[in-house]
Amino acid sequence: MTGDIAAAAGGCHLFSGCGFPSPGLQDFNFQTLFTIGGWHVTKPELLAVLCALIVIVFFWIAFRKPTMIPGKTQSVGEMAILAVRDQIIRPQLGRKGDKYLGYISAMFFWIVLCNLMELIPVLQFPVMSRIGFVLPMVLVMYVLYWYTGFKTKGFIGYFKSWVPEAPLFVLPLLILIEVFKYVIIQPATLCIRLFANMFAGHLLLAIFMVATWYLASASIGLVFAAGSLFMVFFVFLLELLVDILQAFIFTTLISSYLADSLESHH
Amino acid sequence: MSLAATVVAAAASTSNTLDITHLGSLTYGLAAIGPGIGIGLVFGHAIEAMARQPEASGRIQQYMWIGFALTEALALIGFIAPFVLP
Repeated sequence: MTGDIAAAAGGCHLFSGCGFPSPGLQDFNFQTLFTIGGWHVTKPELLAVLCALIVIVFFWIAFRKPTMIPGKTQSVGEMAILAVRDQIIRPQLGRKGDKYLGYISAMFFWIVLCNLMELIPVLQFPVMSRIGFVLPMVLVMYVLYWYTGFKTKGFIGYFKSWVPEAPLFVLPLLILIEVFKYVIIQPATLCIRLFANMFAGHLLLAIFMVATWYLASASIGLVFAAGSLFMVFFVFLLELLVDILQAFIFTTLISSYLADSLESHH
Repeated sequence: MSLAATVVAAAASTSNTLDITHLGSLTYGLAAIGPGIGIGLVFGHAIEAMARQPEASGRIQQYMWIGFALTEALALIGFIAPFVLP
């Protein structure tokens, strides 16, 4: 949003002769803030590191000295971990999914925090709306589900488990679809879903915020600015839901894909 | 000159090329039709199922969100396509 705020703060209002400074792709490219050893640090990278630090520090404080009767921080930490276990992992993977608890819960809380960054004033950028942050997580998941598949079912057995039970004449088509699903569609949609949701959310928020500023002039535009401001609050609440929901769905789908590799449904 | 003739003349005078600078918004509208119907079906049937079996609500909600996510992916692909392929 940096570009828009600069443009809007320059006195760009309705009837002042300048067009609507419409938010677009340029709002997702950031100037380098500072450089550490040839590594150009930008705002999304800084936010991602910040979120990771919050997660690490919080859980480190919570479980530094675990006691039988938990203190305040420890009980919040335990509630958070148990919520992930009971709502995300157990329904998909059952008890044998508990070994993925660290992986899934760390990812869940990091994604939630990264997404919520779009709602905090000044910071105001969802890290996950840069696909470069989502892609590595999906690649890790991709490697993990091939690895668990090969480990639990064997090399040939894993590919055999893709073959569904069906009449012989539709089998070639179904096998083709299954291969396509496991190799391309599942990871691609997993990646695009999180990225595009955050991308769309940030654009929506940016459009209404810039529109509120743009329309707020001493004219009939003030009425529309009020409507636009209302939409800002509405989209804000919507995004609050979407942020948490998308983190939940991302991790739930990863657990369900892992369950596919661990069990033989067919 | 009748009204019909005027309309025909007006139609002939405008150019035949379509302004496609904002085609992306139009195609996103088209891409949202299917997922819109799909999401309606997902939530509608989930609510119906929860009304019939209130004790199974938790399990149904779990699958409802997964179904919602899978359906929504199509609309989102439609949303980012104009940005990726301008």
